[in-house]
Amino acid sequence: MHPAFSVILLTTLIGAAQGLFLALFTAQSYAAFKLLPQPDAHAFYGQGSLLALVLLVAGLGASFFHLGHPERAWRSAAMWRTSWLSREVIVLPAFMGVVFLYGLAHWLNWHPVLTTLPGELPVDPTAILGVAGTLFAFALFICTAMIYACLKFLSEWHSPLTVINYILLGGASGFTLAAAFASVTAPELVSFLAGWAAIITLLGWIGRSASLYRNARLKPKSSLQTAIGIKHPRIVQKTQGFMGGSFNTREFFHGQPVAVLRAVKWFFVLAVFPLPLLLLLSGMQGRTGLLVAAFAVQYAGLLAERWFFFAQANHPQNLYYQSIA
Amino acid sequence: MCPPAQVVTYLMQSIKTPSPSIQEVKNTTCYMCACRCGIRVHLRDGVVRYIDGNPDHPLNKGVICAKGSSGIMKQYSPARLLKPLKRKAGAERGAGDFEEISWDEAFATLAERLGKIRATDPKKFALFTGRDQMQALTGMFARQFGTPNYAAHGGFCSVNMAAGMIYTIGGSFWEFGGPDLDRAKLFVMIGTAEDHHSNPLKIALSKFKRDGGRFISINPVRTGYSAIADEWVPIRPGTDGALLLAIIHEIIATGLYDRDFLVKYSNAGQLINVSETNDEFGFFVRTEVPTEEACYEPQDKLWWDRNTDHAVVTHTAGADPYLLGEFKLQDGTPVKPAFQLLQERVKDYTPEWASQITGIPVEVIRQLAHEMGVTARDQKIELPIAWTDSWGNEHDTVTGNPVAFHAMRGLAAHSNGFQTIRALAILMSLLGTIDRPGGFRHKAPFPRPIPPCARTPNDPRAVQPNHPLDGMVLGWPSDPDDLFVNDDGSPVRLDKAFSWEYPLSVHGLMHNAITNAWRGDPYRIDTLLIFMANMSWNSTMNTAEVRQMLNDKDTEGPNAGEFKIPFLVVCDAFHSEMTAFADLILPDTTYLERHDVMSMLDRPISEFDGPVDSVRIPVVPVSGDCKPFQEVLIEIGTRLKLPAFVTKEGVRKFRDYPDFIINYETEPGSGIGFLAGWRGKGGEKFLRGEPNPNQWEMYAKNNCVFHYELPKSYQYMRNWNKGYLEWSQRNRITRYAEPILIHIYSEVLQRFRSAAQGKGLTRKPPEHLKKRIDTYFDPLPFYYDSLEAQVTDKHKYPLAAVTQRPMAMYHSWDSQNAWLRQIHTHNYLYVNTRTALQQGIADGDWIWVESQWGKVRCMARHSEAVEPGTVWTWNAIGKAAGAWNLTPDANESQKGFLLNHLISEELPGANGRISNSDPITGQAAWYDVRVRIYKVGAGETAVGVQNTSPQFEPMKPYPGMKTRSSILAFLGVKAK
Amino acid sequence: MTQLALVIDLNVCVGCQACVTSCKEWNTAGSAGPMVDQNPYGADPTGTFFNRVQTFEVGEFPNTETVHFPKSCLHCEDPPCVPVCPTGASYKRKEDGIVLVDYDKCIGCKYCSWACPYGARELDEQQQVMKKCTLCVDRIYDTSMTEDDRKPSCVKACPTSARLFGDIHDPQSAVSIAIRESGGYPLMPEWGTHPANHYLPRRKTRIKIHEDELERADNPLKVDRQLPRPAMNEPTLDDVTTW
Ligand SMILES: Nc1nc2c(c(=O)[nH]1)N[C@H]1C(S)=C(S)[C@@H](COP(=O)(O)OP(=O)(O)OC[C@H]3O[C@@H](n4cnc5c(=O)[nH]c(N)nc54)[C@H](O)[C@@H]3O)O[C@H]1N2
Ligand SMILES: Nc1nc2c(c(=O)[nH]1)N[C@H]1C(S)=C(S)[C@@H](COP(=O)(O)OP(=O)(O)OC[C@H]3O[C@@H](n4cnc5c(=O)[nH]c(N)nc54)[C@H](O)[C@@H]3O)O[C@H]1N2
Ligand code: SF4
Ligand code: SF4
Ligand code: SF4
Ligand code: SF4
Ligand code: SF4
Ligand SMILES: [Mo]
Repeated sequence: MHPAFSVILLTTLIGAAQGLFLALFTAQSYAAFKLLPQPDAHAFYGQGSLLALVLLVAGLGASFFHLGHPERAWRSAAMWRTSWLSREVIVLPAFMGVVFLYGLAHWLNWHPVLTTLPGELPVDPTAILGVAGTLFAFALFICTAMIYACLKFLSEWHSPLTVINYILLGGASGFTLAAAFASVTAPELVSFLAGWAAIITLLGWIGRSASLYRNARLKPKSSLQTAIGIKHPRIVQKTQGFMGGSFNTREFFHGQPVAVLRAVKWFFVLAVFPLPLLLLLSGMQGRTGLLVAAFAVQYAGLLAERWFFFAQANHPQNLYYQSIA
Repeated sequence: MCPPAQVVTYLMQSIKTPSPSIQEVKNTTCYMCACRCGIRVHLRDGVVRYIDGNPDHPLNKGVICAKGSSGIMKQYSPARLLKPLKRKAGAERGAGDFEEISWDEAFATLAERLGKIRATDPKKFALFTGRDQMQALTGMFARQFGTPNYAAHGGFCSVNMAAGMIYTIGGSFWEFGGPDLDRAKLFVMIGTAEDHHSNPLKIALSKFKRDGGRFISINPVRTGYSAIADEWVPIRPGTDGALLLAIIHEIIATGLYDRDFLVKYSNAGQLINVSETNDEFGFFVRTEVPTEEACYEPQDKLWWDRNTDHAVVTHTAGADPYLLGEFKLQDGTPVKPAFQLLQERVKDYTPEWASQITGIPVEVIRQLAHEMGVTARDQKIELPIAWTDSWGNEHDTVTGNPVAFHAMRGLAAHSNGFQTIRALAILMSLLGTIDRPGGFRHKAPFPRPIPPCARTPNDPRAVQPNHPLDGMVLGWPSDPDDLFVNDDGSPVRLDKAFSWEYPLSVHGLMHNAITNAWRGDPYRIDTLLIFMANMSWNSTMNTAEVRQMLNDKDTEGPNAGEFKIPFLVVCDAFHSEMTAFADLILPDTTYLERHDVMSMLDRPISEFDGPVDSVRIPVVPVSGDCKPFQEVLIEIGTRLKLPAFVTKEGVRKFRDYPDFIINYETEPGSGIGFLAGWRGKGGEKFLRGEPNPNQWEMYAKNNCVFHYELPKSYQYMRNWNKGYLEWSQRNRITRYAEPILIHIYSEVLQRFRSAAQGKGLTRKPPEHLKKRIDTYFDPLPFYYDSLEAQVTDKHKYPLAAVTQRPMAMYHSWDSQNAWLRQIHTHNYLYVNTRTALQQGIADGDWIWVESQWGKVRCMARHSEAVEPGTVWTWNAIGKAAGAWNLTPDANESQKGFLLNHLISEELPGANGRISNSDPITGQAAWYDVRVRIYKVGAGETAVGVQNTSPQFEPMKPYPGMKTRSSILAFLGVKAK
Repeated sequence: MTQLALVIDLNVCVGCQACVTSCKEWNTAGSAGPMVDQNPYGADPTGTFFNRVQTFEVGEFPNTETVHFPKSCLHCEDPPCVPVCPTGASYKRKEDGIVLVDYDKCIGCKYCSWACPYGARELDEQQQVMKKCTLCVDRIYDTSMTEDDRKPSCVKACPTSARLFGDIHDPQSAVSIAIRESGGYPLMPEWGTHPANHYLPRRKTRIKIHEDELERADNPLKVDRQLPRPAMNEPTLDDVTTW
């Protein structure tokens, strides 16, 4: 597929935002159980949510560039029964709303106790919003990933690994960002967040490696034989019927030589996993520079990872568009 | 299936356009190619929106092709010339520096210049026209002017096909006849990619296949039609003669020929004098000396009757001739039937021999012969159609031997094409398939006598100042005395047609016109008028040098500093490569803007069942300052006071072209004009009749076509069909109603050969051409290596290079067409995968293709659908940079290439240069060129400048042309 | 239930591209248009087309088949392009099974094109909406046209009538009969899209000639004494043996 920059930005930005939110609420939950010190809610949760929102808005903004008719974007909520894209379009703003309210509640220090759970756990609106946000964050991960994973012809994508990796990679980048962010706003949480970031990055590494491993061994289900319905071991396309290119040659081909593909792969494998891990571990003690670097490297890596995700997917339609003459 | 109207959705509703738009449908005839289908042009507010096939048209029956459907993009193309233009004083030819002028000025310039030429030496005006459909008018104009220097595309197109078959069976493929696929069981297509009869052939081919017919294609390349053949027989280019002769060998050896047909309808049984010492050697023995010089064959030849074992006059009732054997006439003259000579001729042409030459396995050659012979013999069709033959015998049925052939330029465009095509026509005759159901069928006005009656003058004095030419500009020589030569045997015509170099060049040799004029061999001319031919590009060989010749000046002598071809006029509708070289450009209209006539006097669109002619009627107004070339000719003819265009008093006869068409008669009162339909005062007559003032309206009402369906009994066996021949005589289609016997043995050729051998009373060829005539004018077909191959080191140049027509493009016209050019934006050289790999050439590599005449750089494509000794490319996709108002970086010029650069218009000959043409007909030998290919060396293409070679200085747009847009959303054209 | 479709007969398609440009012509000037062309007169011209004709080579010289292969939207019975569309712009009509795009709803997200395994959809670069073959819905129901004209533009154009049009759910329709009797097949059946359009394969006609058919009693060579009977005085078995 042709990697569209708008979509790469969209998925990586909102992935990081979802991860960041999950990190915030994880911290809040641990704090609620007194497993962590209470940070400065105003700064950490409030500004943290704001940061997540900024990323979400940026992602959403980027996604508009993908549309031919952004002014009609509102229409895209219509088909939620069948379309994961439609569902994403519904869940994303819902999630943004929750993040916004969650941040606002923290910002305003609005903590009326609504109820108390066994074990003396007071439940305030931030907790409820946090749980809701968590659900939405996961729902959004699933929607986004399912947009790709549901396309059965794209076997590189058509796998639970796609959903797992969207969650893990979004989570990893979000936790890394949270760690960096905490180094400024809540230093007491840094090692906790960096630790989780490292763990999720490690899991992500496993997940993504699994999908790389799987994809390298995929046998395409379609062939020229099934594409044109002729049984013969040697079929070669001589012409696709036009020479100057078309939507079919632009949208479904990355247009790069294999060497570029390979380079991008190695880059992202390094930049998303071991490098941030090293930086996270060395920044555990709260060295903002290292943690920011960890996020920056990982995010850059994720841009490459997403590019590769698209580029590697070989659409069966490409069987029909191979040669000009 | 058809749901009620309310299901019509969004899409349908939006079709309801705002009310004031006016929708109209107008019928006319397509001219996106020479096939001439009927089309319906749908207009909205006067703008063309949709063109589809006219279902009521006999030719295309509603279908249309890729080009026809893209007519809109031609009509509104930015490559259109919209103003008369004159080369700026001092500008070089080819530079494309023009200024707008008025038509008045253009006419004044032309009338003055041509007037002077006509008053001094009319030969100095040469008019050559390309793939046009108005040779009846252009040829008549030339004749009226008095110049012999006229020809159309036929000589560089397929004259071998016309001549080879017409000199054998009185009709031919091309636009004169074709395969009857309705009834055929076996169809053999040889060397055809697309052909003139594009849509009808496609319609027929699919119907044929669906009816269970077997389709064999003989072609070095498998594309288009060949793709759907049941069997593809790849052949080495230029070797079909060998294949056909071997098939004839096998057919005769197994007795699979139609003896009865040959006896009655050909000269197979006629006795030939085989006494080598006799002046009459090689001629038929005649019972009497013909009394009048007529262009039919008197029935004065002999058979050796089996029943009486005596010589009798042919077709004597009750007689049956031997086809084989040797006999002695009473006077002791040894004679043999023509068929015996044919059998002797093909004796050594065994399948084994042919296999070596053609690359076709022996079994396949035998199988081809057997399939043809057995199908023809065992699957006979008997139609219950009664008819009477020329000898008065009544037949209750018409018999068909359902083996049909079709062949075109794959045979024609070789310098051995004439003899190859003779072999084909003879094979078709042996199988008994001429003008019979399921075989070959004539189209009116064919069959013609062999050869047809038209003759050029045979005397240079036919060219006189201020006089029309005394004779036809093109004709059909029947013996050396018909040649148009000077007293010393040298050519009268600029292109040397009808001279001893190419005696039967019945369509002229347009491909040599520029070179000859430039060299002054045979003489210099003053004005060259080119109409509808791209002679500085795809219809010229040796293109780069020809472009230089067009711009070449004398360096010494009285005309030092003047162009060698002093005045060059080009009439074109588009910004073609040729226009850049013009001194004067006459912008023509498009086919949607003008009246046109596809006349019985030219090449009509006749069907097997009878004559058909057709017209074009304008459907949109003329653009810019364009003017139909017909109007230009009539205007100039009138100003020059050519007799056909003015009264005796010198007064203009015709208001305009439509008026001319209605009122012109070949001779006053002849009743024969350009159109055959709705003649007579009220349109009640056809073929002949007085002018009808409402003729155009009647054509318009009838889908722009006139179709006369012959009675069934006149539709077959027309060479010998008494009823048909008399009908055609009554209607002045022919002068004689005599039977047209098939020339298995060609006495016409023998006359030339005999003259070359110094026999007889006729003219004799000049010394240096004697051997050539003696060799090639063999009365029986024979195989020889092409002339080019004879002068080529085949080890150095091991590959044959050919082109073929893409179905979606017409010659060079369609690169201006925004839709069609997306299909063929540039071209590759197709090379058999193994051949390519032997040279280390990968798919898509840049390579050099080199012949002994030049080289081009291009990209290679591997293919399994090409014979390993052949490389090929699509014809005329490559363009000169900037031409056709394309951007100079357009793919056509940067990645596309023209094979013509590798082909020479001349070959080294016995006496200096000789045209690269068939020695009999002057047919341009496009497909004889031999090449080698090799990878472009490292460093030969700097990084980033991967383009084809040669490149030319980009052409500029001319004054008055529209600017090209960078985005087209149909007619809502928006600039970026 | 009706399912309209094209059946394409590869046995007679000569790759002439008539269906390509007649489709472009009808649709660009009609309700589905315009269909933009970019760089129409420059380098690498490109544009929106609903129908393309491709060429494949099957096998190795000399046993090569050249196959021309037209392809437009196959109007799948289970079209994966429809459910993924977030706006509902892509839909399949119940009444005749045609898959269409409502240009007024389409946001140009291209998602449907990703979901089509056949590459049958094209985003119009100027209008920025997804386009595809409409089965000429604006012709086939237009009652202002004659019955004969109420066919897709490409079908009418095709000189070899390689394009059949009709209802594949009606077992008596010409298309159903063709599919049944001439081995019609769908493309990429592995995806369960159930394309309505079908393709008819190449079919070969061969002639079988038996050895003994070559030379027959009425061989004309006999007439001309070329297959003479042996002379009476030539030796026979009678001369050398008795029974
Ligand atoms: N679409 C379209 N139609 C056209 C034209 C066009 O430009 N475009 N041009 C028109 C004109 S002017 C003409 S003359 C006709 C020509 O119509 P065709 O004669 O069909 O045209 P060519 O493309 O020259 O086809 C020649 C075929 O002969 C094959 N061939 C070459 N050499 C040999 C050989 O030695 N033996 C055999 N057996 N085959 C050989 C080539 O591979 C090719 O397939 O087409 C007319 N129709
Ligand atoms: N290598 C190679 N060369 C070949 C051939 C080949 O097979 N291989 N084929 C040869 C054959 S068979 C032929 S017939 C020739 C064809 O060669 P040409 O006759 O030169 O063919 P076109 O490219 O059609 O050029 C005709 C010119 O007519 C112009 N034109 C188009 N429509 C109109 C109109 O309505 N009015 C006027 N006035 N002009 C118009 C076009 O713009 C173009 O400049 O090419 C020959 N050249
Ligand atoms: S075959 Fe030629 S005349 Fe007929 S529609 Fe096509 S371009 Fe027009
Ligand atoms: S071919 Fe593609 S666009 Fe057409 S219905 Fe099937 S999936 Fe949808
Ligand atoms: S591009 Fe248009 S039709 Fe396709 S999925 Fe998006 S909104 Fe639907
Ligand atoms: S049915 Fe209509 S829209 Fe579809 S390919 Fe044919 S002409 Fe084009
Ligand atoms: S119009 Fe018919 S023959 Fe031509 S490419 Fe299309 S389907 Fe094939
Ligand atoms: Mo031609």
